[in-house]
Amino acid sequence: MRLRAMPMLTLALLLGPVLAGLVGTLAPAFGILPVIGRVEPGVDAFRALLAWPGLPGAVWLSMVTGLGATVISLVIVMLLVACWSGTRSFAAFRRALSPLLSVPHAAAAFGLAFLVAPSGLVVRLLSPWATGWTQPPDLLIVQDPAGLSLMAGLVVKEVPFLLLMTLAALGQADAVRAETVARSLGHDRPAAWLKAVFPRVYAQIRLPVLVVLAFSMTVVDVALILGPNTPPTLAVQVVRWMNAPDLAMRLQAAAAATLQLALVVAALGLWCLGERVVAWLGRAWIWSGARRAGGAITAALSLALAGSAALTVLAGLGVLAIWSFAGFWRFPSPWPDAMTLGNWVRHWPGVAEALGTTIGISALSTFLALVLAIGCLEAEHRHALRLRARGQWLLYLPLLAPQVAFLPGVQTWMLMLGVKGGVGAVVAAHVIFVFPYVFLSLGDPFRAWDARQATIAHSLGAGPDRVLWAVRLPMLLAPLLTAAAVGFAVSVGQYLPTLLIGGGRVQTVTTEAVALAAGGDRRAIAVWAIVQTGLALLPFALAVGLPRLVWCNRRGLLHG
Amino acid sequence: MLKRMIATLAMVPALAWAEPDPADWNAVLKEARGQTVYWNAWGGSTTTNDFIAWVGQRVTEEFGVTLEHVKLSNTGDAVSRVLAEKQAGQDSGGAIDLIWINGPNFAAMKEADLLFGPFAEQLPNWALVDVEGKPVRADFTVPTDGMESPWATAQVVFMYDTADMEPLEDMDALLGWAKDNPGRFTYPQPPDFLGTTFLKQALYGVLDDTAPLLVPVEQADYDAVTAPLWDFLDQLTPHLWRQGRAYPQTGPRQIQLLADDEISLAISFSPGEASTAIAKHQLPDTVRTFVPGGGSIANASFVAIPYNASAKTGAMVVADFLLSPQVQARALDPAHLGYGTVLDVAALPEAERALFNEVDLGIATLSPEALGPALPEPHPSWMTRIEADWIDRYGVTR
Repeated sequence: MRLRAMPMLTLALLLGPVLAGLVGTLAPAFGILPVIGRVEPGVDAFRALLAWPGLPGAVWLSMVTGLGATVISLVIVMLLVACWSGTRSFAAFRRALSPLLSVPHAAAAFGLAFLVAPSGLVVRLLSPWATGWTQPPDLLIVQDPAGLSLMAGLVVKEVPFLLLMTLAALGQADAVRAETVARSLGHDRPAAWLKAVFPRVYAQIRLPVLVVLAFSMTVVDVALILGPNTPPTLAVQVVRWMNAPDLAMRLQAAAAATLQLALVVAALGLWCLGERVVAWLGRAWIWSGARRAGGAITAALSLALAGSAALTVLAGLGVLAIWSFAGFWRFPSPWPDAMTLGNWVRHWPGVAEALGTTIGISALSTFLALVLAIGCLEAEHRHALRLRARGQWLLYLPLLAPQVAFLPGVQTWMLMLGVKGGVGAVVAAHVIFVFPYVFLSLGDPFRAWDARQATIAHSLGAGPDRVLWAVRLPMLLAPLLTAAAVGFAVSVGQYLPTLLIGGGRVQTVTTEAVALAAGGDRRAIAVWAIVQTGLALLPFALAVGLPRLVWCNRRGLLHG
Repeated sequence: MLKRMIATLAMVPALAWAEPDPADWNAVLKEARGQTVYWNAWGGSTTTNDFIAWVGQRVTEEFGVTLEHVKLSNTGDAVSRVLAEKQAGQDSGGAIDLIWINGPNFAAMKEADLLFGPFAEQLPNWALVDVEGKPVRADFTVPTDGMESPWATAQVVFMYDTADMEPLEDMDALLGWAKDNPGRFTYPQPPDFLGTTFLKQALYGVLDDTAPLLVPVEQADYDAVTAPLWDFLDQLTPHLWRQGRAYPQTGPRQIQLLADDEISLAISFSPGEASTAIAKHQLPDTVRTFVPGGGSIANASFVAIPYNASAKTGAMVVADFLLSPQVQARALDPAHLGYGTVLDVAALPEAERALFNEVDLGIATLSPEALGPALPEPHPSWMTRIEADWIDRYGVTR
């Protein structure tokens, strides 16, 4: 009976804070902020926002980088899967790319910046022998006004995400048979996949794609590191105004946050329109029946693009590792003048403290999210309470609503209700963002579990609970651990929720790393980014390794 | 939750009644023992972080106060927090006990009644402070009125790489040098306080009569006073690093640019910063400092206590400890922090004066005499206005 209430309870836990937070942001946007004596509703904040000369640039940047990063990532992933899925090199590529999913965005962005900046490793390796540069060239590469480096930083992280989502969807799309039929009709591999499989796969990954779009438009930490500043993206500007010493600027910040929300809605609408255009063009292409060569070039190109995305992240992590041990490192030396353990010794006490807090918070919020997810899935199984398409949207709402738009509102509500910002509150806030990923990761393997096992167990006298604990969950050990690893990595990467809900008193590896980013001490940034990455990667290693240990005598249970 | 709300409400009168009195210092010390003080301070510099950690160790040993450094990327975060708490009616038990603050943030909090005090001039170590010689009673011309306690002084210097250039005499020389060496100078992007400080320093450099800067901007002819500044910047900007299409976001990031040899000249608000950075391998040892002729802007860093702080006595103990000669002498040492002292060193007892005389100021630090005259900070309204104008003119380049 209690189980029946689980899906509703979960939705309330997820959506309550998001909706309340949005209200808490809308009020000041329309002029209501009692603490500075504003109680009359009005649109002055929006008027002030419109008068900001950077607004067109900031809005344009948010739209272009968001849509651009999403389109590029999606195209790379679709071409890669179209050309290579099912081959042996694809399996290898998948294994190499999966861990990259857990590399925190900020760490990947730092790595990219350290690579491609005019004083970064790439130029150092080529100077002065090839370029003739003895001083770094005065080129605007990182933080370029067009947002290209920001887009690149987003793409290298979204490609692994979309790839894994696509792989999960392939199983349900009956991909192999559809492709085989299309190929038997004379289409080459990419064309066959795009014509026969893509439409079905896309329907499955549509929501994750929209999440990528909303995230790319509103991300703060990556935009701070790689994005332009004259003007910055709108999300960064919202945070700037929130931080302005003049308290009246909070109204303008709230107005900008509201505009950001509207922009995201508009971009999602634009995307859906684009989907129709692509569908129309695609149908025309399919009906034309054209069979053309060129698959080999597409295949090489897709592999090169996806490969360079992966390589960029890996090389970036490599540079970070070098910096974390670097003594003085003058341009254009390709290697530090001296290597030292000093940076690690110096930062370790702080790192150790933050590590403890981070592990505690992430473990707890992942555990809670897992309990909720198993509860929902089991309720679905026993009572046929399946989320319909509309329910799926609700599940994604915390990921689609920009964090800068609702978290400040949540903070105000918590204070009004007397809930102290602390580790407990941060855990609760993390669950909101961790749960959707855990649920999505666990959902398919949980549903795909062969229910005949349950029938057998029932026939042997086991009740539904015993079946869950003694049969189903142990058999699903591998997917459970994967879901936990995903959840853990998501929790580790949370910046704004930890900062705002924790009242600044809860210090995780990520809040410390981003606070240091404001500084720019590369050695310190490198140490923290490496720790942050390690922390997110470790659970993935466990999720791969542990089932192999536990089920070393049950090979059939290692799938998924 | 309801229970908690009632408990909180029940505590309010008790706390209001128990507002600590800094004049009764023994009572303060007694109450502070066992308290945890959350010090919200900018966390972008590993040097200051290490220093605050050391202060934390020492106050635990001496006073039984636990100090937690809440590392901010922007002091405005702490102001937001107190504001949000006031908005929610949380008038006691707030999350912040002590803030490293100055200038506009202080002016804003003071005006919005978000601060506890006055307490600063009742602290025992206030007697050692150089009230006459150091800018400790006015913060950007706003009277402190004992609502914040000073702990360090700062003065603008320029850091330059001797491998690339010579010291520059004034702003005209800087402009000429920038034209000859395009792309080798930049400053942190306003509203970063160091970037805004460069604008103010430049304003001093291009003005003949600087008196209007010390009164609120409304009482001066703003356009006429600032016209030479915009003229100067219009000429300078095309010759900046990345032609002024991008700026470093903070002072430390600017130091990284100097270390990477992307620029040759950078502004600093700490005469000892270059020496400290050289000692920590963050700058090449060819870097030295200079101040332009005519002097440079000086101010003080303060700590303030929010009106709803949970550990007010503990916060006062920390504020007082920051004024002790041992802390001030350590802060002066570029091996640790390289910040100027607020104490009247000449008036200290022999043993404590020796602490200061022993400090090796480092190869890139100018002697107090060579630092030249200290110019006062303009009224905060100038900073706000110039900052906004800068953003309109140069902050949006496209």
